Amino acid sequence: MSITDRQLVFNVEGREYVDLDLYRSRGGYEALEKVLAWDPRQAVHMLKEAGLKGRGGASFPTGLKIEMVRNNREKERYIIINADEGEPGTFKDRYIMTHLPFQLLEGVTIAAYLAGISQGILYVRHEYDEPRSVMRDSIAQAQAAGLLGDDILGSGFNLHIELFSGAGSYLCGEETALLSSIEGRKGRPQVKPPYPTQQGLWGKPTLINNVETLSNIPKIIEKGALWYRNLGTNDSPGTKLISLSGDIQFRGLVEVPFGTSFRDIVYKYGGGPKPGRKVKAVNIGGASGVLVPEEMLDVPLEYGACSRAGITIGSGAVFVLDDTRSILDNVSNRINFFLHESCGKCTPCREGLRQAQIIMEKLLEGRAVMKDVENLERYTRVMQNASFCGLGQAAGNSVISSLHYYDQEYRGQCVDGDCLYGEESA
Amino acid sequence: MQAVVQEIVGQMGNEKAPLLQVLLAVQDASPRNYVSEEAVRAIARSMRVSRCRVYSTASFYTEISLKPRGRHLIRICGNAPCENAGRAAIMDAIQKELGIKAGEITADGLISLEKVSCLGACYKSPAIKVDHQIYGNLTPEEAVAIIRSLREEFSNEHNGSPVGI
Amino acid sequence: MSTVEITINKKTVRVPENITIMAAAKLNGISLPSLCHHPDQKVKANCRVCAVEVEGSKNLVASCSTMVSEGMKITTNSPRVRETVRTIVELILADHPQECLTCIRSGECELRQLAFKLGMKEVQGVKTVKRLPLDLSTPSLVRDPNKCIKCGRCAEVCHHVQEVGILYSHNRGLDIGVTPEYGKELKDVACVLCGQCVLACPVGAIYEKDDTDKVWEALGNPDKHVVVQVAPSVRVSIAEEFDQPSGSIATSKLVSALRLLGFDRVFDTDFAADLTIMEEGHELLQRLQTGGVLPLITSCSPGWIKYIEHFYPELLPHVSSCKSPQQMFGAMAKSYYAQISGIDPKDIFVVSVMPCTAKKYEAARPEMKDSGYRDVDAVLTTRELGRMFKHEGIDFNSLEDGEFDSPLGISTGAAAIFGVTGGVMEAALRTVYEVVTGQTLEKLEFTGVRGMAGVKASSVNLGGTEVKVAVAHGLAHAKQIMEAIAAGEADYTFIEVMCCPGGCIGGGGQPYGTTNAVREKRIQGLYEVDQKAELRKSHENPAIQKLYEDYLQAPLSPVSHKLLHTTYTNRCQHELQ
Ligand SMILES: Cc1cc2nc3c(=O)[nH]c(=O)nc-3n(C[C@H](O)[C@H](O)[C@H](O)COP(=O)(O)O)c2cc1C
Ligand code: SF4
Ligand code: SF4
Ligand code: SF4
Ligand code: SF4
Ligand code: FES
Ligand code: FES
Repeated sequence: MSITDRQLVFNVEGREYVDLDLYRSRGGYEALEKVLAWDPRQAVHMLKEAGLKGRGGASFPTGLKIEMVRNNREKERYIIINADEGEPGTFKDRYIMTHLPFQLLEGVTIAAYLAGISQGILYVRHEYDEPRSVMRDSIAQAQAAGLLGDDILGSGFNLHIELFSGAGSYLCGEETALLSSIEGRKGRPQVKPPYPTQQGLWGKPTLINNVETLSNIPKIIEKGALWYRNLGTNDSPGTKLISLSGDIQFRGLVEVPFGTSFRDIVYKYGGGPKPGRKVKAVNIGGASGVLVPEEMLDVPLEYGACSRAGITIGSGAVFVLDDTRSILDNVSNRINFFLHESCGKCTPCREGLRQAQIIMEKLLEGRAVMKDVENLERYTRVMQNASFCGLGQAAGNSVISSLHYYDQEYRGQCVDGDCLYGEESA
Repeated sequence: MQAVVQEIVGQMGNEKAPLLQVLLAVQDASPRNYVSEEAVRAIARSMRVSRCRVYSTASFYTEISLKPRGRHLIRICGNAPCENAGRAAIMDAIQKELGIKAGEITADGLISLEKVSCLGACYKSPAIKVDHQIYGNLTPEEAVAIIRSLREEFSNEHNGSPVGI
Repeated sequence: MSTVEITINKKTVRVPENITIMAAAKLNGISLPSLCHHPDQKVKANCRVCAVEVEGSKNLVASCSTMVSEGMKITTNSPRVRETVRTIVELILADHPQECLTCIRSGECELRQLAFKLGMKEVQGVKTVKRLPLDLSTPSLVRDPNKCIKCGRCAEVCHHVQEVGILYSHNRGLDIGVTPEYGKELKDVACVLCGQCVLACPVGAIYEKDDTDKVWEALGNPDKHVVVQVAPSVRVSIAEEFDQPSGSIATSKLVSALRLLGFDRVFDTDFAADLTIMEEGHELLQRLQTGGVLPLITSCSPGWIKYIEHFYPELLPHVSSCKSPQQMFGAMAKSYYAQISGIDPKDIFVVSVMPCTAKKYEAARPEMKDSGYRDVDAVLTTRELGRMFKHEGIDFNSLEDGEFDSPLGISTGAAAIFGVTGGVMEAALRTVYEVVTGQTLEKLEFTGVRGMAGVKASSVNLGGTEVKVAVAHGLAHAKQIMEAIAAGEADYTFIEVMCCPGGCIGGGGQPYGTTNAVREKRIQGLYEVDQKAELRKSHENPAIQKLYEDYLQAPLSPVSHKLLHTTYTNRCQHELQ
């Protein structure tokens, strides 16, 4: 199912496990060797040139983040590899850890070297037993091969990576909650600023990056910024791993150059809906992402274009609902998810979700009135506007986008549905 | 309990031990897959933090249980991709097979059933996880068959011995 | 001071840099809503009612946690802000009992006031209040989890100011609760009942156990001779209940108001404070002379006593065996006073008015009945007394001045400063100095032990020997000293510990709004009381002298020991070892 003949960053089509020997035989760790001989600033510059942005959701420029940590006066610094992948419908970091562990480790090592960091933590969600054990082995192998640990490749650079297991909390993927978790507290987010790059783990400057982000780095160094930029678009260079799930022919991980349309992602990469079915809605970006109708699929996968179209790429999960599905079921499922994962710290998220859940239940049971829908919209808007962290801010995306595109489904579930909503209430 | 905990905490760096990892290790050492109140107290003592802090951290995370669970854990993913792929039917079938509901333990103390968030296995929804192993693309019948054979395996393993705390 | 230029609601102003939007708004005449914000605490930013718009920021920002910066454009009055803030309050109310009419906090509840200020008319959300049981397990405090808005202010005080670590937020999502571990009752954990959490709480979710009914009943019982004692610090805080400035000295009006309530005698805990100095001062001298356990640590603060019993029981031999002034007063009322007034002690009902919730617990300790009767029958906090005055329609501010009854109402300035951190130390030093040296102390003020610093170390020349002393207030600071003693690193002779920050003037039974700024004012008030007192040394109190002559014989005499001294309990099974 080769959509493109080009060499990409991950080349996931073969779904092969790349062990250390294979990885090295294909040029693995040459990027690290190169970088160790360079002036770190040169390599940081290259990452900036390449336009690599964070794949964990916030799409922050990675080169800049590395530089911010690097320029901090405090010398005790940490790198945290965010492998808490909890966004429902997402399995890209799982894939990288189980299939391409050394590409990740090389990326981590380069990033740490560039930022002047010698201690790292790989935070893997608890549910990921297999990725954790692969990474544990891979770290040990890399260490044995002189690619991690003390005096890496004879350069005098040290990097020690510890595995840390999450314990069942989606929110711990949020960087400040992640820090709380490592420091032994509840995984609650903290006030920013200070940002982790200023005061992160144990108050020290900390580079926190997503697994996919870091795994891009070796290829950029190896093949150059221009190569990388040419993979994607000017706005969004490179490629994105897309986790495909739902009512489509092919479910699984694909690597897609930025600029590809969602239509191609769903129909070419995903093979389109099951025979005889039509695409009703596509949920982009996981539980915290939006729901868009078929007509919107021509929007290209690109940060700028998506943002203009109100789409959040997020983790790159693409979940397809066909015409047999109920939008409200999906929204309700996601509200329940967020209620389960909300830390409960701030009022809008905790109480807003509580009310949203009650209203969704009423809707599903056909007991709601249009006033409920109005309230639902208001509560989710306030959650978005005023929640403490990204969880609460994004938790209402399903409601807001589906009210926009599928308001008739809400109306249809209201006792007084057809006369009031969207019209002048005479 | 204090001795077991002290050893775990000691290996992880005493007062500097990462609390969350200590809690997971203590839970793993418990045949009933949980962190008892006695263990919370022992951890607090070993790490010289207040019990309240230990409890608070433990209570936050869904993968840590403060109540005894079965020796084996069956987790069923409840997020949208799995829900769409027939999670409810799988759940019903397993509940019926085990004679318990989500959140409960079988009478022999062998198995707990839990509904959890996404397992990152949505490419093979509906997915469940039994202890450390993920099973996907399930039909209710397949799910029941898996549970049945595992259950047999589990009972042989424990050979009718009473399930202790 | 550097400043930045910002715009608030289209008006351009200069404000100091490094302040929050909330503070900047305040400087410019706008009080933004707040619930989780507390002036003495670190930013929590979890209630979100302080949300405002900042140009360039997609979402609203919390004004309590966002610093101003050059050129920042802030809007506090847009429809978007209004909708957000009102909706958040609506969401809180949907999960709140809304029992304001019968809520102990009603008059001063920050949530009720906010709802009123915003003119909340209707709560559209579904009411989700659960009926969780109240924690009524201790004699001091009530926790009503149903009213808790999860702001975390109590937990911060309990963990960081007191470092007792009882209240903390647990679980997540809808299940969160700010409680002891496992949702236990306060009696089952090492809570010291200081009530600092009560002062921190913005609503009526933690409060003192109300004993006013007990007192009303005694006052209405013709067979009872009801006497009242008022703690030193109450005279500089009670007027706040009647809108007077913090720290106003209201001793004489307080006495008149108590008479109006119908007490048979209005006495003063200050009398017993002088007595405490006599006993404790001599205990110190005795320990010094006989090689007893040193440092000697004061024992007047029941929260502190409960703390050391839980956390450092091995250090209990350091603690003075003296009862607190409240209990000494009770013991004297039911023995000496009963004798001189010819009233059967069983008919005497002793009420104390205290700045403190732990005092309720202290009075209920089983051993506090050495005269054969409970030393103290009912303890009211300053807040409860305020409520009783209001109940009776007493127009406190316009009352005529009154004077305490004799003899248990006669006291010195040394006793008055018992209510501030360092005060017991200073009072003791005034007496001990004169007893040891036989000379008159010229300068009465020991400034080294005054002020709000958490741990104050000082040294005093007692007739040629330098004696090192230390003062701590707030249990986190007490803990520092205890750790030092346990490590053998504290070469002090005498240590004063007060459980609450600032001492009793900052106690958990004081009027709501007891912040550190208010504490400072009350401290000034009590030093002024001392300054103006005719007698300023405990051993010069004529009523105390007469008490020893006629009844107790001498400090540390067998009678004193029986009535005025006590024992402690190892409560360590509750805590870390
Ligand atoms: C609720 C929430 C969950 C998140 N979960 C993850 C996650 O599972 N993995 C991840 O890499 N980033 C996650 N993030 C984003 C992180 O906060 C952070 O931005 C990211 O790890 C930075 O790495 P990057 O710059 O490489 O993207 C989450 C953010 C929020 C608000
Ligand atoms: S938005 Fe939700 S998850 Fe984030 S702090 Fe608030 S309650 Fe917690
Ligand atoms: S806590 Fe405040 S809002 Fe709640 S019932 Fe009491 S007075 Fe009313
Ligand atoms: S009374 Fe004091 S020790 Fe007890 S919970 Fe409140 S603040 Fe903590
Ligand atoms: S009890 Fe009061 S102070 Fe504590 S969290 Fe609840 S509302 Fe806040
Ligand atoms: S949704 Fe079930 S495994 Fe992801
Ligand atoms: S006062 Fe700002 S969030 Fe509570």
